[in-house]
Amino acid sequence: MSSLGAEMNAKALRLGIPLSVQLDLTYRCNERCVHCYLDHTDHGEMTTGEIKELLGQMADAGVFYLTISGGEILMRRDLFEILEYARARTFCIKLKTNGILIRAKEAQRIRSLGVESVQISIYSHRPEIHDAITKMPGSLRQSIDAMRLLRSHGLHVIIANVLMVQNLRDHTGVRALATELGAQYTLDPTITPMMDGNRSILSLNVDEAALREVFRNEALVGNVEEFCAPPQSVDDSALDSLPCSAGHTACYVSPYGEVYPCVQFPLPCGNVRRMKFVDIWRDSPQLKEVRGITLRDMPACSACMHSSTCTRCPGLAYLEGNMRGPSLQDCEKSYARTGIPSENLKVRRASPQSLRPLKLVQIQSLQLATEIL
Amino acid sequence: MSEKRYLARSTAIASRAMGDELMIMSATNSTLFTLNEIAMLIWEAADGATPLEDIVTGRICAEYDVKPEVAMTEAEKLVAELVGHGLLLVSREPIESLTRNS
Repeated sequence: MSSLGAEMNAKALRLGIPLSVQLDLTYRCNERCVHCYLDHTDHGEMTTGEIKELLGQMADAGVFYLTISGGEILMRRDLFEILEYARARTFCIKLKTNGILIRAKEAQRIRSLGVESVQISIYSHRPEIHDAITKMPGSLRQSIDAMRLLRSHGLHVIIANVLMVQNLRDHTGVRALATELGAQYTLDPTITPMMDGNRSILSLNVDEAALREVFRNEALVGNVEEFCAPPQSVDDSALDSLPCSAGHTACYVSPYGEVYPCVQFPLPCGNVRRMKFVDIWRDSPQLKEVRGITLRDMPACSACMHSSTCTRCPGLAYLEGNMRGPSLQDCEKSYARTGIPSENLKVRRASPQSLRPLKLVQIQSLQLATEIL
Repeated sequence: MSEKRYLARSTAIASRAMGDELMIMSATNSTLFTLNEIAMLIWEAADGATPLEDIVTGRICAEYDVKPEVAMTEAEKLVAELVGHGLLLVSREPIESLTRNS
């Protein structure tokens, strides 16, 4: 982020403005990625009218960065109608798609709508690996064709490469593909639990040794010595730091209108089908609770030597059962990075216990509302 | 020929007011800008039908205690910068809205 961007983010935090929103238009998808955290059945997506109304409310509330994602967004026949409305309301629009349904016409329209970036997930440069992960034969070729089309129109393309056991050795090849296409490359070494709390897909995460190797790859992390340096002690003022932007300057809206602090933090905070977006943002008891949590309020993390450098995700902590607790997945990353176990990791290794899946209400709330009507 | 300069906002931009500033992002290169109150006046008045000269004398000098020649010099600098980044269009004739995509 540029220094001006950071300055604007700080101002948004001071003013309580939701600067960034990810809006998932649908959970339907034309791929079935093995690691996906979504239920792809349509449980009653918002209509075109509902989405346009929501976009208007979000613009009035100060939302600037709008990430449109899914599922697969091109499964929605009204996608371009929605994007044209978002353009008219002057959002900075970012798209996430697998690109499979992008042809010349779609690429041209995306370009004409002034979309800031298009992110496409690529799991491997080898079709047999990528297509096995997406469970869609030919998907790698189609995604690459889409990226070529988008790049030919001068669009900023980002390749998102999620690391898992199946593609562990292929990030070098995907990076080379990104370079060839003139695309930006990002690596995500974390498989996250399903939104309903099911943790079975976490078995796809790479092991500690593999993670350690990734974190010592200069091409991926930059200065390895700096990246893997042991944690430093923190002063008291650091304990008042906020974990991330979720719920502070950013939030997420599901295809069913549910507002969460983040796509990875599925705590229901209100539904835009029943309340105005700005009223949820300002008055939701759940968002207020999230905003009140600092490092000082986390008993395990505030005492941990990794507190100043940990990438702790409050959403992952929530999915493990306690939004004020540690995130084991981030403890494992800190250990792989530095070789020093966190307090939480020491406790868990001393007395192993399985994490109880958290029963979430993402879909149930909509079904209950339907029954009442 | 008129010496007036008509300004029009590009439609290929993202923008959002935040307090007393306006954030603008170019769709072509994602560069982020912020405009202060006076610059916002020029931006909001850039409707393709209002010349810069009228914006300076009719809006800026009317609302702020600044000499017209000083205001015009500063306005011209701002306009040049915004034009350079593709955020603003300038023409000797009024600009139709449909032709504003950059």
